[in-house]
Amino acid sequence: MTGGTRSDVLIIGGGIMGASAAFFLRQRGKSVTLIERGLIGQQASGTNFGNVRRQGRFLPQLPLANRSRAIWGRLNELLGEDAEFLPSGHLRLAYTEEMAGRIEQYGRDARPYGLELEMLSGNVLRDRFPFLGPEIRAGSYSPLDGHANPRLAAPAFGRAAKRAGAEIVERAEVLTVEQEGGSFRAETADGRVFRAEQMLITAGAWGSRLSQQFGEPVPLVVHGPQMAVTEPVPYGLEPVLGIATTIPEEIIYLRQVKRGNIVFGGGIRGPASAETLRAYVKPENTLGQLSQITRIVPALRRLNVIRVWSGIESYLPDDIPIMGPSARIPGLHYAFGFCGHGFQLGPGVGDVMAELIATGQTSTPIEPFTIARFANSTTNQPGGHP
Amino acid sequence: MAEPRIIIVGAGPAGVRAAEALVAAGVRPVLLDEGQRDGGQIYRRQPEGFSRTPEQLYGTEAGRAIALHRSFERLKPQIDYRPRHLAWNVADGVVHTISEGKPGQFAYDALIIAAGATDRLLPVKGWQHAGVYSLGGAQIALKAQACAIGRKVVFLGTGPLLQLVALQYHKAGAEVVALLDTSPFPRQVMALPKLAARPGMLLKGLRIVGGLMASGMAIHRGVTPVEIHGEAEAGVTGVSVRLASGEIRRFDCDAVGLGYHLRPEAQLADLARCAFTFDARTRQFWPEIDADGRSSVPGIYLAGDGVRTQGADGAEISGALAACAALEDLGRSVPDAPRAALRAKARVMERFREGIAEAYPWPAGLAADLPDEAILCRCEGITVGELREAAKEKGADEVNRAKALTRVGMGRCQGRYCGHAGAEIVAAATGMPLEAVGRLRGQAPVKPLAIAAGEVQP
Repeated sequence: MTGGTRSDVLIIGGGIMGASAAFFLRQRGKSVTLIERGLIGQQASGTNFGNVRRQGRFLPQLPLANRSRAIWGRLNELLGEDAEFLPSGHLRLAYTEEMAGRIEQYGRDARPYGLELEMLSGNVLRDRFPFLGPEIRAGSYSPLDGHANPRLAAPAFGRAAKRAGAEIVERAEVLTVEQEGGSFRAETADGRVFRAEQMLITAGAWGSRLSQQFGEPVPLVVHGPQMAVTEPVPYGLEPVLGIATTIPEEIIYLRQVKRGNIVFGGGIRGPASAETLRAYVKPENTLGQLSQITRIVPALRRLNVIRVWSGIESYLPDDIPIMGPSARIPGLHYAFGFCGHGFQLGPGVGDVMAELIATGQTSTPIEPFTIARFANSTTNQPGGHP
Repeated sequence: MAEPRIIIVGAGPAGVRAAEALVAAGVRPVLLDEGQRDGGQIYRRQPEGFSRTPEQLYGTEAGRAIALHRSFERLKPQIDYRPRHLAWNVADGVVHTISEGKPGQFAYDALIIAAGATDRLLPVKGWQHAGVYSLGGAQIALKAQACAIGRKVVFLGTGPLLQLVALQYHKAGAEVVALLDTSPFPRQVMALPKLAARPGMLLKGLRIVGGLMASGMAIHRGVTPVEIHGEAEAGVTGVSVRLASGEIRRFDCDAVGLGYHLRPEAQLADLARCAFTFDARTRQFWPEIDADGRSSVPGIYLAGDGVRTQGADGAEISGALAACAALEDLGRSVPDAPRAALRAKARVMERFREGIAEAYPWPAGLAADLPDEAILCRCEGITVGELREAAKEKGADEVNRAKALTRVGMGRCQGRYCGHAGAEIVAAATGMPLEAVGRLRGQAPVKPLAIAAGEVQP
C-alpha cells in the first residue's frame, strides 16, 4: 500500500447526493472522503428549480421521496444551517379534462404510498387560490410539499459533513477509478491518490464516465434546465405551482421565495455540455415561458424577469435515476442521473446510500433504479444535446 | 455573396461612425439603439420640444456633438435604424430585442457592439438612501430632462466625469456644495505625460478645472468617503469624508452624485461568449479585443466605451475601425491608408485612456475597507459583512460562488453597481488575488424583461 489518503468510503462527486451521503455516513461512524471537481453543489444541485415535490413522481419512487421529505423537515436542526426549506404546499394543475383525470388517478394511486393529495376544481379551487388563471380546470394539492434554496442546500450538507469529520476535497477532478486488491482507488488530474474500502459515485452528468471504468456504462445525456427569476414583489403566492401536461412547450413551474422573487422554469430543455461545463438558456425558450406563465397566474404579466440561468443535468432514457449497488463489483455504489428531479430526493438518497454502504441493505425500496437495467448498454459518453 | 447582414448595437459615437463606414462601403446596417434618439449618452439629444442650445448641452464638445448628429441625419435613409430597441440577449447569430413591449429577432453575419459605459460605483455607507445618483444618472437628468438631482448637491468619487458633471450642474444653476475627489492631486500631475498625448483634450480638462476653481464650490482631493447621511423618509441629508489632512468633515446636501470613472457595459459581449481578460491597471475584467476591435468570437466586434473607456473621440475611431474589420472579415476590401490613420489615432486615444486611469485610479482599498454594516448590494440589500462572512467562513473565494451563497449581484442590476467592490471585498477577505476571485458571469436579460412580452406573438 503506497501513500495517499485512505478512508472507509470514497465519494466521487459533491452534489447534493454526495454531500448528503457524506453527512449521513459520518452519522453512521464511517470515515469518508468526498472528492469534488469544482465546488460543492455547483452544478445541477445548485442550479435547479428548488422543488421539494413528491406528487407526480414515478410511484415506486415515493417511499424514497417520503424518506427524503422527512429529512427536509428537520434539515435545519440536522445541519445547523438554513437552506430555506418552506413546506408551502405544491399545486399540480391541469388545463384539460384529460389531464384533470390523470392527476386525479395519480391521487388515488399515491394514497397507498402514504401521500395524501387533495383534488380541487371549479370554484373551490379558485376560492382557495384566487390568483389562478381562467384556463386552469383542476388542481391536485399536496399540503406537505414545498421548496428550498438549491444554492444553499448542498453546500450546507457539505459543511455539516466536514464539521462531522468528513474530508471534503474540492477543486480536484477524479480521472481514474479502479479496484486495487480488495479496495478502491481514485486518482485526480493533479496526481493525488485516494483509497477506500467502498466507493460511491455521485458524479451527476459525469457519472457514466466513471461507471464505465468499472464496466458499467450507461446511456446518459445532458440537458440544461431553463430557469428564470423575476424582481421581488410582496410574498403572496404560497404553493409551488406546476402544470401537468403532455405538451413540452406548456410545461411551466413556479415558486415565490420569501424574499419575494418568483422563480420559474420549464418548457423545452436547453443545450448543456459536460465537456465545457456550460449550459445555456435559449432566448426563445425564455420568451416561450413568458407566454405560458401568465396562463397560470395572469397577474405576473406586470412583473419583469431580471435573470435567467441553466445548469448541467443528466438524463437517462427511462427518466429515472441510477441508484444502488453496482451489479458487478461488491463495495461499489452509484447514485447519479436524476433526470431533473433529484433535488427533493437528495437528503433521502444520501441517507439511503449511507445505510446501504454501512449495513449492506436498506429499508427503502430502490430496486427499480439498479444500474443492471443498462447491462447491455454501450453508450458511455454524456453527449451534448441541442 | 449576398448582402451581408451587419448589426450595430448602440447609436452613440462608436455606433454612428461604424454605421458611416459601413454605408460608405455600400452596406446597409441595422442600427439597434435603446435610446429614443441617436447620440448615445455623451451626445444625448434632448427630447423633441426642448430648446437648449448645443453649447448649453454639450459645452466644449458642442462642435463634435453637432457633427455627429449631422452625420447621423445624413446616414438615416441609408441604414435600418431601430430606436427604442433594447438588445436583451444574443445567441446563435441572432440579437434578441424588446421594443415597446414587443420581442424581435435580428440575425447577423457580423455584430458590432457599441453599448457604451455606465458609472463604476463604489459603495459607501448610506448609499442606499434616496437622493444618491450615479454621475451618469445626474447628467441624464440635466441633459434629457433639464432638471437637477437636488437643490444642494455633493459630487463624490473620481474621474473626469465627476468634474464635468459638477461644473455642468454649477453652470445650470444648481447649488454644488462640494466636489470630493478620492484621487490625490499628485496622481493627476504624474499622469500628465500620458495625458499630453492629446494636448487639446488636456487643455479642455484644465479649463474644466479652472471653471470649478472659479465657481466657488468646495473642492477637496484625496478624500476618503466615510458616510452618506440620510433618513428612510427624507433621503440624503449630508456626506461625511475624511479630508487629506485627516479631518472628518460633513457637507449638508439633499442629493449626491457618485461615480468612480466608467466601466464597460459588456453584458452583450459576455452573452455572445466573448473571452474576457483581467486588466491589472484598472482592476477589472473586460473583453479581449485586437487593435481593430475584433473579439475572441468570429463575427463579433466591440467598440467604444463598451470595451475600453477612451471617451467619445476614441469611440468614434474605434467604431470606424470595427466596421473596417467586419468588412474585411466578410471579404470586402478596405482601403489601407485611411485605416492606418485611424489606427495611429487609436493608439493616441489608448495612451490618453491610460493616463486618465492613472490620474483617477479606482480606489480598491476603499472597497476592501468598507465597514461590515454598509449595504453592498443595493438591489438585494446585502451588507458588506454578509459577503465577508461567506468569503471567510463558507469558502466563497470566487465571486460567482459568493453570489450563489449571498445573492450579491443577483438583483436587477446583476452586479453592475456592486460587482467590482464585491470582488475587492472577497479578495481582501480571503487573501486571494483579484484576478483569481474572478468576475460575475453575465446572464440574460441585459436589462429587466417584461413578462408581458410573452403575450405578443413574434
